[in-house]
Amino acid sequence: MRHGNDGREGTGVNAVAQTGHRRLAVGRMAGDRRRVWPWQRTTLAALAVAACAAPFVLEPYRVFQLTMVLVYGIALLGLNLVVGHGGRVSLGHGAFLAIGAYIAAIMTGRLGVPYPLALPVAALVTFGLGLALGRPALRLSGPYLAVVTFVTAAVVPPVIKRFGTVTGGSMGLSVPVPSPPSWTGLAEDQWLYLLVLAVAAVAFAAARNLLESRAGRALTAVRENPAAAEILGVRPGSHRALAFGWSAMYAGVAGTLYAWVVGFVSPDSFTVTLSIVLLAAVVIGGPGSLAGPLLGGVFVTFVPAAAQRAGDAIPGIVSGLLIIVVVCFAPTGLAGLLRMAAGGVARRLGRG
Amino acid sequence: MTGGMSYGAARAVARSTPRGAARGPAVRGAAVRGAAMAAALVLVLPLGGCRLTGGPEAVATGSCAGQQVTGITEDTVKVGGIYPLSGPASAYGLIASGVRAYFGHVNDGGGVDGRKIEFLVRDDGYQPARAVEEVRRLVELEEVFTIFQTVGTPSTAAVRDYAGRRRVPQVFVATGASRWGTDGGYPWTIGYQPSYVAEARVYAQHLKETMPWATVAVLYQNDDFGRDLRDGFADAIRGSEVRIVAEQSYEVTDPGVQGQLANLASSGADVLLSVTTPKFGAQALAVDAAVTSWNPLHILNSVAVSPAVMETVDTGKVPEIVSAVYQKDPANPEWEDDPAVEVYRRSLLSYAPEADPAAPQTVFGWTVAQAFVEALRRMECPTREGLLEAVRNLDDVPVDTLLPGITLSTGPGDGFPIESMMLARFEEGHWAPFGKVIDTRAVFGPVRTASEDSPAGSSAG
Amino acid sequence: MAGLLLQIVQGLSLGAVYAGLALALVLVHRFNGIVNFAQGELAMLSAYVAWQLLDAGLPFWAALPVTLAVSLVGGMLVERSIIRRVEGDRELAPVAVTVGLMVFVNAAAGLVWSFAVRSFPNPFPAALSFGSAQSGFSALGVLGVVAVMMLLLHAFFRHTGAGLIMRAVAADPVAARLSGVRVGRVLGLGWGLAAAVGAIAGILVAPLLFLEPNMMGGVLVYAFAAAVVGGFRDPVAAVVAGLGLGVAETLAGTYVAFVGADLKVIVPLLVIVAVLVLRRGPAGTAGTAGQW
Repeated sequence: MRHGNDGREGTGVNAVAQTGHRRLAVGRMAGDRRRVWPWQRTTLAALAVAACAAPFVLEPYRVFQLTMVLVYGIALLGLNLVVGHGGRVSLGHGAFLAIGAYIAAIMTGRLGVPYPLALPVAALVTFGLGLALGRPALRLSGPYLAVVTFVTAAVVPPVIKRFGTVTGGSMGLSVPVPSPPSWTGLAEDQWLYLLVLAVAAVAFAAARNLLESRAGRALTAVRENPAAAEILGVRPGSHRALAFGWSAMYAGVAGTLYAWVVGFVSPDSFTVTLSIVLLAAVVIGGPGSLAGPLLGGVFVTFVPAAAQRAGDAIPGIVSGLLIIVVVCFAPTGLAGLLRMAAGGVARRLGRG
Repeated sequence: MTGGMSYGAARAVARSTPRGAARGPAVRGAAVRGAAMAAALVLVLPLGGCRLTGGPEAVATGSCAGQQVTGITEDTVKVGGIYPLSGPASAYGLIASGVRAYFGHVNDGGGVDGRKIEFLVRDDGYQPARAVEEVRRLVELEEVFTIFQTVGTPSTAAVRDYAGRRRVPQVFVATGASRWGTDGGYPWTIGYQPSYVAEARVYAQHLKETMPWATVAVLYQNDDFGRDLRDGFADAIRGSEVRIVAEQSYEVTDPGVQGQLANLASSGADVLLSVTTPKFGAQALAVDAAVTSWNPLHILNSVAVSPAVMETVDTGKVPEIVSAVYQKDPANPEWEDDPAVEVYRRSLLSYAPEADPAAPQTVFGWTVAQAFVEALRRMECPTREGLLEAVRNLDDVPVDTLLPGITLSTGPGDGFPIESMMLARFEEGHWAPFGKVIDTRAVFGPVRTASEDSPAGSSAG
Repeated sequence: MAGLLLQIVQGLSLGAVYAGLALALVLVHRFNGIVNFAQGELAMLSAYVAWQLLDAGLPFWAALPVTLAVSLVGGMLVERSIIRRVEGDRELAPVAVTVGLMVFVNAAAGLVWSFAVRSFPNPFPAALSFGSAQSGFSALGVLGVVAVMMLLLHAFFRHTGAGLIMRAVAADPVAARLSGVRVGRVLGLGWGLAAAVGAIAGILVAPLLFLEPNMMGGVLVYAFAAAVVGGFRDPVAAVVAGLGLGVAETLAGTYVAFVGADLKVIVPLLVIVAVLVLRRGPAGTAGTAGQW
């Protein structure tokens, strides 16, 4: 099922692939969608109820953390379309996040536009940009895409600073926090959480639909074997570009939500570190799965904060090691492990 | 879109197990689930307003009625600080060590008015978003009395909206941006150290007095810090014969400033004003030393001063290095027998042995903690509002590790506790102050505006 | 004019460092087909090793070979323990692993040596004056070291048995394996050599930029641009591009008004995009791939 050659790689890669120094990525095969957990709907319903009840039972800080998990989850869902489902690496999604966040900050903070309007604008702008950039970008072979996106991410903060009259320069911009309509009687953090949860629910449903559609399957086909897919009539370029557009849109929407939740945007929030963190979260969460992005969001939100207790440099060490270990030993990420565990539990229950 | 033929083909390629056959219902299922979730949300909304956890804010009674007493009791006061303990700016994490040492010292002596200080430190890695997360943790989860220090302008700016909204004092922030003192919209946030504008004025004053026809080359970091200081300097020399003849900026992400320095050197200016952070300040000093045909007076802004940087200076090649100071340098033999420095050294050994006593950041932490304790002592009401009142009405409060003649003063419309500095020359491994204390407020008047919306783009030399 | 000369010399000295790191990137990519995002951090680590040795009292020219040997072995160990598991995988795994390595090494260096800035002794005499312009000997020294490094690598690949074997593996691993070459060892050696070359870049750059864990972050971007010019295959093109980038970056910051010093970092991005656009077609195969 695995082919090292996508028709454009330099000779080194193919050749290495045939020398025995490679490993089968179990469970990453496109068709492996066997249902391992028989009570999917019940579980999902329970999760949905829990998600809706959370802001009413948890402390404000925990609600805020959950909101951040969802925001990152949406961004990662987008990145996962390119990385997990498309099989290409982007280290520049922080840039789309920045665009979405700045659109929210400028529209609501500077121009005084009602805040909900920022969401569709950010989505449209980033989708258009992603679509436009996607085609040339995805034609780049092998590691070039990763390199170009990495360098692009590095350029983001200075560019934001250069257009300081619009962006507020290095001092950043405050973003007014969306206040709940008075009839709800909700606190700010609860309102924000529910807002983000609603967007996340739509985002996940849309991603699921997209992946189950012919476009999604074509994407998988292209990832697994571009040459074969092309022979069969799938045009890799258009599918990948479309996926890139969707992916950028998710990042842009997440950026807008991020600006609402954090209440402040500045160039220092969108350094290359952010893009690295996003890629790490996709890999650790589980590339190519729907649960992966959520688990990745949990990772981004909780692990650095927890690791901090152990020492100053520990978060970096933990994250770095986790990426390496997950890629080498559990390429399906946390989602894959969860799937395996669920399968085990289900089998045991089924037997008993 | 691909045609029907390719659809089937893609399906064939993409699927290797027969079990995935009946997908149609699942697709619809997902959509239905999304809609159901949205509907659930709508149903839940009217139930809102209630929360099963967290009571109302604790408030005081008596003469201070209605004021917030969260985080303060008869015998403890809980204080939270956010520092860059990891990441590129983690050198400033030393501030936390200095603070911890002073609080330890105070607690050993019985605390402040019988209250022991409980100091919680969180790491933001110099990322504004993390700072917001950490401040919420401190305020909402740990329920601290006050945010004592955030480090750096981005993190401070990110936090101050929240602090203002929650009405939590954010006191003595460790950044010299002039907006903390001038921005009336944020009464809950107050600075501490001399603003970058004040520092720029000290340099300008020195040049006006000693080198009235000096030409100046400026190297500055392209952010609020660099621009604040550069603009302040340009303002302060207005009307004199001192002129800026060359300017170069750099980004913190640049590898080095060699190119910028080469450019500045070709201006042949009499003075190099280096508005940098330690790493780039060190690079600038090294290039200045290497270029033997250009020997300007090297003004190093106080942010760039660190022992590791000064260690590297070849004083034979960079004849005169000047900076502005306001606290005692423990490396200076003049303070060898100073009781305040003595206590500092001793306490640091027992409470923060890992910290370098000679680092200005450590002294800074110790000194600002002392200022904070002075403010706590001056609270009339032991409440958040009372603390704010106290830090906003400091009147010539002395702190023993500040240079003699420099005290803390704030008042209505004046949010800058320290506005006086001295010049110091780097000699024999320490900073030797010279001249008199320059009170920038007396000489130049109050700092007027923050360089808030200063148009960018004027930097290209 | 003197100013221009000074800028060019400063640009070249930084450019030589970009070139060195680009060379390391090219070496790794030729043997493993991997772009090593951690190359800069490994170089930083080597510089810290050298600093530690110097701190222990070793003279510079004794610490240098020790550091190179440590880097060589370290590089081979990294390849053997981690990289081998993802060799031959497509994009994601190699990129993710090297990015993880980058994050890890950066944090680990911060843990061991702290994030404080340290000075690193300059192995070359400090100053030299020529004509009216004056500049560091170090700039010329750095250039010289990179040139010597290139020559040594060339000699190694062209005129030694080991070099021949390595070239065979780079050209066609399967054929090499069928001829009895132990391909795995060669791939490891490729990583080791790259780590050693990177170590030289790190040691050269440390006196200029001062030693701290984030030292190579900015350099890596430029090294990437230089390596892209060489198609990640052509060492000579990569080195020339590195030098050119150093100069171009310095001059563009000064003479191109829109770029200005604050947008200098856009130069490598422009170079990469220009190369990829101009080259058209499958990137990575252009250039004189048969060098060495």
